[in-house]
Amino acid sequence: MLQRLRNSGVSFLLGSALVFIIIQVLISAGLLNPYWQGIIFWGAAITMVSLGLNLIYGFSGQFSLGQFGFYAIGAYTAADITYRWVRNDSSALVVVISGCVLALLFMVGVSAFLRRFYGVATLTKFLFNFLATVLGFFIAVRFINPVIGRSVYQALNALPSGVSQQIVFFFALIGGATLAGIVSYLFGIPVLELGSDYLGIATLGFTIIVKVLLDNTDTLLPFPEMKGARGMVGIPKWTIWPWVFVSFMAVVLVMRNILHSSTGRALLSIREDERAAELMGIDTASSKILAFVIGSVFAGLAGGIRAHDLAFLHPTMFGFLPSFNPLIIIVFGGLGSMTGTIITGFFWIILLEGILRLYLPEGFEAWRFVIYPLVLLGMMLLRPQGLMGKYEIAFLRRPLPPLRATKTAAEPVTEPRPAEGVAS
Amino acid sequence: MKGRPENLGPEVGAQPVVLEIEGLTHYFDSLRAVHDFSVTIKEGELVGLIGPNGAGKTTVFNLITGVYRPTAGDIRYNGAALVGLPSHEIIQMGIARTFQNIRLFANLTVLDNVLIAFHPHAGYGLLDSVLQSRRFREREKILVERSQELLAIFGLEDRQNDIAGSLPYGLQRRLEIARALATEPRLLLLDEPAAGMNPQEIDQLMELIHFIRDRFQLTIFLVEHRMRLVMNICEWITVMDFGEIIARGKPEEVRNDPQVIEAYLGRQAIR
Ligand SMILES: Nc1ncnc2c1ncn2[C@@H]1O[C@H](COP(=O)(O)OP(=O)(O)OP(=O)(O)O)[C@@H](O)[C@H]1O
Ligand SMILES: [Mg+2]
Repeated sequence: MLQRLRNSGVSFLLGSALVFIIIQVLISAGLLNPYWQGIIFWGAAITMVSLGLNLIYGFSGQFSLGQFGFYAIGAYTAADITYRWVRNDSSALVVVISGCVLALLFMVGVSAFLRRFYGVATLTKFLFNFLATVLGFFIAVRFINPVIGRSVYQALNALPSGVSQQIVFFFALIGGATLAGIVSYLFGIPVLELGSDYLGIATLGFTIIVKVLLDNTDTLLPFPEMKGARGMVGIPKWTIWPWVFVSFMAVVLVMRNILHSSTGRALLSIREDERAAELMGIDTASSKILAFVIGSVFAGLAGGIRAHDLAFLHPTMFGFLPSFNPLIIIVFGGLGSMTGTIITGFFWIILLEGILRLYLPEGFEAWRFVIYPLVLLGMMLLRPQGLMGKYEIAFLRRPLPPLRATKTAAEPVTEPRPAEGVAS
Repeated sequence: MKGRPENLGPEVGAQPVVLEIEGLTHYFDSLRAVHDFSVTIKEGELVGLIGPNGAGKTTVFNLITGVYRPTAGDIRYNGAALVGLPSHEIIQMGIARTFQNIRLFANLTVLDNVLIAFHPHAGYGLLDSVLQSRRFREREKILVERSQELLAIFGLEDRQNDIAGSLPYGLQRRLEIARALATEPRLLLLDEPAAGMNPQEIDQLMELIHFIRDRFQLTIFLVEHRMRLVMNICEWITVMDFGEIIARGKPEEVRNDPQVIEAYLGRQAIR
């Protein structure tokens, strides 16, 4: 058993390494032109977003349409950091990273404080955490950046430019993902208390709010470099295949390991029967928020990857219609199947954005949103459980422990340990 | 019925009180489901709660476990007030329950059902799982062993990798109890554990209930319609009708109580 697990892990990692090498060789040899590179990177990004949604909806049962909002937050945040960096301005880098760190610290403080009271109202919890975030970023903007901004800039610039670029890009990706996570936490506190139907509406509302804010980044928000509805140009094209691969693998491994843990089982139980899960001692509210935040972090990370491949961001990329793509992908691939999401995610982009866009006549664009729903409808009728159902390849499958070695047929009752002690 | 009645049970000894309910009242809109319900249960007791359909028995369990917040009244567990606490905290304090309408995680395996109830005692954090730390692996191994031990008690050890929803009805009822025990309770609330069982299965269940009570040092409060079980294993019984307590006492006292007979007659015979 353990041997099999180890083997499946080894073969999975070997397989992934092989994919990495093959694509890297194709790119280096110039056999994969930028167009197809872009398609593959895009596929990876959309798959990461979809895996996040599958964690939230497919595995935890919380219907969300908010993933593209967090995708957008990650994209614009990371882009702003690098955009400013290449224009000799380290403020976004310093503010986002220090703001996120402070906000997280304050939030930890807030939850430790609130834990001392019984039955804290959701709104109170939200307000405290919101204030913690605002305070964190206020301190970052007013005090930390003026003090250390200059030295961070100089220290990084003292490094060879290739190195500093990778460091800045790394923190841009982390910053985008973390900010997406923080916003999703704040949003999730009040919203995840709602039943699943309302959750769908509220999260759709969130995506729309983000889109409207992006349309007005230069008027409502103080970010003229994002250029509102005209689209943000001039983002450095820093996404290279190793970054895509590492981010993608990180998402897959983190999600897999969470699902294979007690936390993962708790999430499944919430999907199965939330009331029963709560009555088995599971803090369902916190578990749902956890899944929501992790899924959003995945989306935020994907946003950073996508932004630095496209080198251009436009609010319509995060609009109403495209925001349904992750949902279509996970339903298509199978709710509760990572394997299905990975296959369908890449397939979706390669087929629809790659092959069909290249080989179909111009007018196809308009037809896509007629064809998508029809295909989905056909899928629901013919194979409602999705392409893969709940199937997983060996490495991603939750292990089935072997039966107990000691047969108990002769004496029906074996020695259990005393009632307490598991927590030890 | 005002205040606490005198005859709370057989010997009112030095045993500490585990559960104390006073003046519990609950309305669903204008429907009075529970009215001025009081009960005191001592450590190690096996207490029955009976009454005709719709008497409010399940509602009492739901109020204890925080599913609903009572309109009025107090619930104390080992002296701590439960009213207003979220359900998972009440469970983590050491109260476990089963459901009248089986509520297993039907699409998950038998073993998963039990493992899930161990979650609050998992003993490792998110970071341990993400990094697959040594602690994670060791604790998982222990959790699986502990779950398998519980399953073995209920004769489910060979079914651990079966889908819970595919088990025959009687085994599902047993799994419900096994899962409840995984939360490591001191007080176990059983809501009609014998529903749908044949007399032979009921006999096995009675043995099992006695066994787990001794093994895990449980206090048990159970709702049941099947008099065969109630009369045989409960040390004392509380009878409800229309949300109120109409009688309490030892099984033979209750059985012959005219009010109890009256409550059951014409609506439902004592089975
Ligand atoms: N969620 C609810 N909303 C409204 N009314 C309810 C609800 N749950 C129970 N009731 C009503 O409260 C009363 C008591 O119900 P309860 O389920 O507690 O009875 P019970 O004694 O468990 O009956 P049974 O033996 O049939 O299980 C019934 O009249 C029932 O219809
Ligand atoms: Mg009932």
